[in-house]
Amino acid sequence: MLFKNHGSDIVLTSRIRLARNIDGVPFPQKLNQDEANKVIKDVADSVLNSNSAIAHEFRLIKLRELKPLERLSMVEKHLISMDIVNEYQRGAVLLNREENVSIMINEEDHIRLQVIYPGFKVKDAYDYANKLDDLIEEKVQYAYDAKLGYLTSCPTNVGTGIRASVMLHLPALTLTKNINNVFNTVVQVGMTMRGIYGEGSNAMGNIYQISNQVTLGLTEDEIINNLIAVTKKIIDQEIKTREMLFEKQAAEIEDDIYRSLGLLKYSRMLSTQECLNLMSKVRLGIEMGIIKDIDVKKLNDLLVNVQPATLQLIEGRDLDTKERDIIRAKIVRETLR
Amino acid sequence: MLCQNCNQREANVHITKIINGVKQELHLCEECARENNEFNIDIMNPFNFASPMSFQNILEGFFEMMGSPYQIPEPVTCPVCHQSFDDFKRTGKMGCANCYRTFNAEITPIIKRVHGNIQHTGKVPKRTGGILKIKRDIERLKEELRVAVMNEEYEKAAKLRDQIKELESKLDK
Repeated sequence: MLFKNHGSDIVLTSRIRLARNIDGVPFPQKLNQDEANKVIKDVADSVLNSNSAIAHEFRLIKLRELKPLERLSMVEKHLISMDIVNEYQRGAVLLNREENVSIMINEEDHIRLQVIYPGFKVKDAYDYANKLDDLIEEKVQYAYDAKLGYLTSCPTNVGTGIRASVMLHLPALTLTKNINNVFNTVVQVGMTMRGIYGEGSNAMGNIYQISNQVTLGLTEDEIINNLIAVTKKIIDQEIKTREMLFEKQAAEIEDDIYRSLGLLKYSRMLSTQECLNLMSKVRLGIEMGIIKDIDVKKLNDLLVNVQPATLQLIEGRDLDTKERDIIRAKIVRETLR
Repeated sequence: MLCQNCNQREANVHITKIINGVKQELHLCEECARENNEFNIDIMNPFNFASPMSFQNILEGFFEMMGSPYQIPEPVTCPVCHQSFDDFKRTGKMGCANCYRTFNAEITPIIKRVHGNIQHTGKVPKRTGGILKIKRDIERLKEELRVAVMNEEYEKAAKLRDQIKELESKLDK
């Protein structure tokens, strides 16, 4: 048996995002500072001053009170978006203790509620998001239309306001160039796919995000079930491709995986790109049961900690590119030791 | 057809370039096309993440397709946030929830194109949904009241009036 745990290894995280707005208040880009503050206060109250047990898990962070590096590190952790960082004067976020649930206030919409679960747990993530949504709605009157559903700043989000997504590790499909077919197929069924790291056609680390595109005319369950069905198919393809590759070139693959581990363990300088690509190979080794003594959680932590802003925060000072490469190698070495 | 560059492999990338009305055709194989940077486009990679496509780009396309019938003769602005439909065309963003009502005629075909649908079937917010239901009930009862008064059914009309009052008091809470 080549794979110890079908699926949940290939899916790094499952994510649900709900877009909501307050009735009678113009969308965030139209608000002045006082009006934006009022929105922050109302939304924060609905969670922090609720009778729910959930209330104690959250704290309010005003983005203008953070250092620039702290804001960027939150983006690297996928807790907030670059859009809200660009408008940080008016933005805030309610963050839970575990740092897997965030409620962005005054991003493109008044409320962007997001739940991230590790592994392939889209439904669980939605259940939690749904509860939190109900809690906020107890005190906040949502902008809602019987015909168009939840009204959002951008018409691409109206209706359910939901964006359900999974983050997938697809090294075999990438290596065999079948990823292009996956991309085309996903688009045909109303979903979208993009590389998580890097810009341009250069998807670093073989990690991709798949999410629904259509938000109106389908129920939340239908949207989530579609995503799950498509994801399962892609996982099957990835596993089949891995098995095929391994059948033909077991020695070469094993060699490549262990060489990558060696480089990660002993390098003194690592660029983001090299680091992510080597980590993908080690992850593949763990997922295929070839490497047994490294917890995949270490790689998940590294995925965040080797990013530029988070890395500089860990080190406690601004670093130039060369210094970052040196510190990155050090962090990786120490984590994998 | 053989590749015009290497004359060895089958040409399977065909590029037509028109500059100042002068048409130039190129037939290349994949390898040579990849090396041909002249066009500065990622020919071989449909999976280009940095594609500059955004909702605004697509919007522009829609407006071009829909042509003049959808152009508003005079600048209408939303009474709540004072945004005009031109502002939406420029930014791709609505100013407030009421914009969806103000520009209903213009935005509906766009929503239909984006989602293939214009009827929400998903979650209904508990509280807001309740208010919507009450509002709809009031509208229905008012219509019944109008009919009752017209038919001189005053007893029925009085009952309806009480019902409407009761529902309206719920809305004020």
